[in-house]
Amino acid sequence: MVTASVASATSAGGLAGASVQVRAVSHAFGDAGQALPVLDDVTFDVPAGETVALLGPSGCGKSTLLRLIAGLSVPQAGRIGVDLVRVVGPDPSRLLVFQDPLLLPWRTVEANVAYGLEARKIGDGQERVRQALRMVGLAAFAAAYPHELSGGMAQRAAFARVLVNHPRVLLLDEPFGKLDSLTRMTMQEELLALARRHAFTTILVTHDVEEALLLATRVLVFSPRPARIILDVDNGLPFPRLRDDPAFIARRREILIALGHGEEFAR
Amino acid sequence: MSDVAGSAVGAVAPVAVHSVFRPWWPGVASTAAWAVAAAVTGLLPDHVRAPAGRPLVEYEVVIAILSALSVLIGQAGWFAPLAYHGRRIAVLGGAVAVWEIVTAKTGWLPLPFFPSPQAVLDVYRVDSGRLAQSVFSSLLILVPGFLLGAVTGFLAGLAMGWSPEARYWGHPVIRLLGPLPAIAWLPIALFVFPTISTASIFLIALATAFPVAVLTASGVTLVDSRLYDVGRTLGASEGFLIRTIVIPATLPHVFVGLFMGLGASFIVLIVAEMLGAKAGLGWYLQWAQGWAAYANLYAALAVMSVLFSGVTMALFAVRRRALRWNRETVEW
Ligand SMILES: Nc1ncnc2c1ncn2[C@@H]1O[C@H](COP(=O)(O)OP(=O)(O)OP(=O)(O)O)[C@@H](O)[C@H]1O
Ligand SMILES: [Mg+2]
Repeated sequence: MVTASVASATSAGGLAGASVQVRAVSHAFGDAGQALPVLDDVTFDVPAGETVALLGPSGCGKSTLLRLIAGLSVPQAGRIGVDLVRVVGPDPSRLLVFQDPLLLPWRTVEANVAYGLEARKIGDGQERVRQALRMVGLAAFAAAYPHELSGGMAQRAAFARVLVNHPRVLLLDEPFGKLDSLTRMTMQEELLALARRHAFTTILVTHDVEEALLLATRVLVFSPRPARIILDVDNGLPFPRLRDDPAFIARRREILIALGHGEEFAR
Repeated sequence: MSDVAGSAVGAVAPVAVHSVFRPWWPGVASTAAWAVAAAVTGLLPDHVRAPAGRPLVEYEVVIAILSALSVLIGQAGWFAPLAYHGRRIAVLGGAVAVWEIVTAKTGWLPLPFFPSPQAVLDVYRVDSGRLAQSVFSSLLILVPGFLLGAVTGFLAGLAMGWSPEARYWGHPVIRLLGPLPAIAWLPIALFVFPTISTASIFLIALATAFPVAVLTASGVTLVDSRLYDVGRTLGASEGFLIRTIVIPATLPHVFVGLFMGLGASFIVLIVAEMLGAKAGLGWYLQWAQGWAAYANLYAALAVMSVLFSGVTMALFAVRRRALRWNRETVEW
């Protein structure tokens, strides 16, 4: 509860990101007899304001890890902290953009974006909502219902719904996976600019190696389930990052080999 | 671009209509059918003495003339909604003509069970006061009973869907008492409640509450749990989750329950009024049968069908408003 009040006090002022600690986290689904281990002794730290990308094969446990950091469930072993305070539940200072948009179908786009502000009874939200909608290019669709949006537009609305709350830690679960490549590029640039402006901490799950290298200061590669960290790439390339930079290519190759695609695509 | 194309087509169409006159065939059929009905009614000798009052033939002639006009108007803008029913109106005219022949003109169908169309129509002139009183009296039981049942059923279903404890206690009640037709409680309700009206209101509430509770409870359990994750991370309290996620997500199911409950309510209303009341449409049916006044009985059935259909349409109008966001809205 201490975490909650401190965090929302700071995020209301739009203050900087928080550091994230993931220490020896293991997690399994199912009961004791038929346990399905998903995370195996995962440890990493994210300094405040940095962006870490998580890469790994499908079904390895990336979404599960994000849910744990979001506080939606409690890890069976190990601990998760934000600014060295243990995470005990969800909090609007730590927000998750889910793999699916999960908009509320009975609310207009605008009302979906306003949801968090409304839930926390933050009064003067209208301008913030408009601004968030402009940022994701949905200003003209404020009054539309989710079933009137394309898949990519819905995902952008979900993004706005999170950003409007000025989170200190942004958890992104393949947020750009459903976007066309041009929109994706725009959104990636937007995200970089936002992260720099608000200095929030970002943990980005993606299946796109280039996206990870373009956006993150560090890339963690996971093994197939149960997920362990098998590669930890420090990605301190200067911005703007170029896809044909030799250092970029070398890192991409290193990661693809770790993911088991050494032969065909790593060249 | 598309606007220009649209107006171009709009500009061309009237020209085409003016150059080649194409009669509107449902209008032609309707004119013929109602003219035949009017001829049968007005020209053939009566086998059964016609009631006093405005003769049926006048109505038939008016409809035939309006149909004839519609042949010229066709499906013009303001007329279009009515034009949709054109073929139905035509068939209705034929049916009235046949009905007229087999009753008033030949007496093939035996009296008093099969009155003529003019006899049924005349009930609305002679007995409209008593019919209106019956409608009013029925609504005075139906509306409060249905609303009471809807609210209790919704709240009970919400509690059962949300709280395991409420589900534990509610489930056996629903299981065991739900299948009992509400009207089966009538003998008990009659001595528990001071008047037949309050007893009927209670039974209608019961008939509505069960389906609404069942559908609401199952609707709550069907909500995508990931939406709760979204709400909880965004800072929603439990009350806010219920208000902004559980209830709207459940509403489509609630309306199915309300629809079922309304159907059950009609049955309870009519049976309860037939068995004990001194007023209402059910009582009117019973009273008309007692006097072998079958024309009154058919007239009351027609009123009942219009009334119940109207109430059901009102429910669907509310539903359409409440579920604007829903892509697939089933029409009734
Ligand atoms: N609530 C749950 N109950 C049981 N098993 C689950 C649950 N959630 C996830 N799992 C299992 O845990 C494993 C990891 O799931 P997770 O969603 O974390 O994978 P992922 O790495 O995000 O995959 P993808 O890249 O395809 O999204 C999967 O095998 C999945 O079946
Ligand atoms: Mg996932």
